[in-house]
Amino acid sequence: MAGYFVGVDVGSITTKVVIVSDEGNFLGSATIPTGFSVAKATDQALDQALKSASLNSDSINRIVATGYGRNLVTFANEKITEITCHAKGAYKRIGKALTLIDIGGQDSKVITINNSGKVDKFLMNDKCSAGTGRFLDVMARALDTDLENFSSMALNASSSAKINSMCTVFAETEVISLIARGTSREEIAYGLCLSIAERVGSMVKKVGFNDLIFVSGGVAYNQAVVSALSSHLQKKVTMLEEPQINGAFGAALLAIQLPS
Amino acid sequence: MANDNRSMWAELGLNMEKHDALLGILGQAYPEIYHKQNNRPKSMTYFDFVISEIHGLRVKELLDHKEKGGKVFGTFCLYVPDEIINALNGVSIGLCAGTEFSVPDAETVLPRNLCSLIKSFYGFKFGKICPYFEVADIVIGETTCDGKTKTYEELAELHPVYVLEIPHRKNEDTFKLWRTEIDKFVAKAEQITGEKLTLEKLREAIKLNNNKRIALQKLNSLRWNNPIPISGKDALLINQIAFYDDPIRFTESVNKLVDEVQDRVTQKQGVFPDNTVRLITSGTPYAIPNWKLHHVIESNGYAVVAEESCVGSRYFSELVDENAETLESLLDNIARRYFNIHCACFTPNDERLDDIVDLYKKSGAKGVINNTLSFCTPYLVEANRVKKRMDAESIPILNIESDYGMGDVEQLTTRIQAFVESM
Repeated sequence: MAGYFVGVDVGSITTKVVIVSDEGNFLGSATIPTGFSVAKATDQALDQALKSASLNSDSINRIVATGYGRNLVTFANEKITEITCHAKGAYKRIGKALTLIDIGGQDSKVITINNSGKVDKFLMNDKCSAGTGRFLDVMARALDTDLENFSSMALNASSSAKINSMCTVFAETEVISLIARGTSREEIAYGLCLSIAERVGSMVKKVGFNDLIFVSGGVAYNQAVVSALSSHLQKKVTMLEEPQINGAFGAALLAIQLPS
Repeated sequence: MANDNRSMWAELGLNMEKHDALLGILGQAYPEIYHKQNNRPKSMTYFDFVISEIHGLRVKELLDHKEKGGKVFGTFCLYVPDEIINALNGVSIGLCAGTEFSVPDAETVLPRNLCSLIKSFYGFKFGKICPYFEVADIVIGETTCDGKTKTYEELAELHPVYVLEIPHRKNEDTFKLWRTEIDKFVAKAEQITGEKLTLEKLREAIKLNNNKRIALQKLNSLRWNNPIPISGKDALLINQIAFYDDPIRFTESVNKLVDEVQDRVTQKQGVFPDNTVRLITSGTPYAIPNWKLHHVIESNGYAVVAEESCVGSRYFSELVDENAETLESLLDNIARRYFNIHCACFTPNDERLDDIVDLYKKSGAKGVINNTLSFCTPYLVEANRVKKRMDAESIPILNIESDYGMGDVEQLTTRIQAFVESM
């Protein structure tokens, strides 16, 4: 088989492109904001990914699109759901049965993958942005900081403030009033992470989890959230390698299996 | 013809502006969902016609029927015994309950956190946008679920309602209760119609309804062939129309379609490519004009080959036993047949799990999509048992929950696609 294989993951917040060789080796990637135009974002991301891999578009063999905006990727050969793509990417990394928690910009999902790499069960929460990247963006802003500092703050806290609301809008209001009452930003940040862990954790418990639990999606970079998930589930939760591009990675791997 | 309809609707007291808007939406949705299908059986033109006349011809027929002294009974549920209504020269009409359009009106009275089907039917009456409601001499309700039970109290303020008491368990004692309800219903229906129930008339009515069920059984089993000769959407439409079309004409039309579809099977003519992924749906019903789930499934290139639902197997899978020599025993047989419907409002309801497994195997499906309306407590809790049973039988199952709104079409699509990808 000649050429290279591309995965395009069009999310609500960011668009990711990954390029792999015909043996599934990672060659290059790009992550850019999706913005208003899926066509523009995918073209741009593809260009950037090709540059990062020092390849040109002639050498592309097949393309798989995934994510919320997958049906708008006109140049894709096939569209596959993000559940299947995330599972494919995670299984390639881990090689055995695992539970994958994917927390993206606006939705979250839990996928159990069996020993042969097949999707066993899945649960999606895409009706509410509680506990997602959007939620964390808003909260970090309310705490007058960025996401990296937010995570450090939470990790440095010795106790947590109770956040009662999971709604992004109402939780922001709660945070502001806690600050006004003199609660430390560390306690608030930690409290928010615990809320997310509870929210996502209940989805994980519903699907059922096994020994290996990994987190993908942009939110996986937030160590405080991952650590809060570990304590909530009483099991080690680990960030998956290259978590944010995992969906695009899986899509690229699936592109290899498409008929020519 | 159009003007005849308009004056008829105005005379019935409909809110003309809202009603026009409703018909406008339906007029756009139906061609989009139905006419774009390929290679539909020619006999579907009758059913397209029924939809084009959805608030026209049939309403006029009912008005003519009433002019001749007949009565119209509005219903919402499979537990209402059509045979008794028909035997007393009554017409049984399954009332409108399938659109989001009437829900906002309902939400001014009913809580938002309530089944869409219930809100929809209440909104139809409250908003005065259903001519069938206005033509119905009485509406028959039933104590199936909490939502319906309490909503009938509200509906009774707007329209005459008679509520059947449905027990929640199935044993000889509750059967006696149900049998008594049937007697009470006969008395009430006789009072409303001014007719007397006789053995002959009841026997005829049983044959009428059994014939309809037999025609539907034939049609629905033909869907299991390969290639699939008729779409799930078309079959669903017919199952829905069964609730309110004239029984004799409907049965004739279905039998005509059955012949055509049988020919297709013989000639290996299908509406989907070979090896299209076949799915069955189960769960809460999709009242007309709710075609959302089937449309999402079939627009993605999969086919629905059966429904374990009130708009599917639960409607037609069992007949009333015609063999009885007395009126009392015929009524016993009717009571038995209706008592045996496997709805989640009964506890336990394990027979429904058997039904789903059975239907899955007979239809050659690859998976089950168990679809429950939001806030439908009985079916939502039962979804857990459905999953456990399907897992035990190694039958792929997807549990989804939705309401009438169109806002979650993308989410449903993703779940269904992911489900099929995982098979």
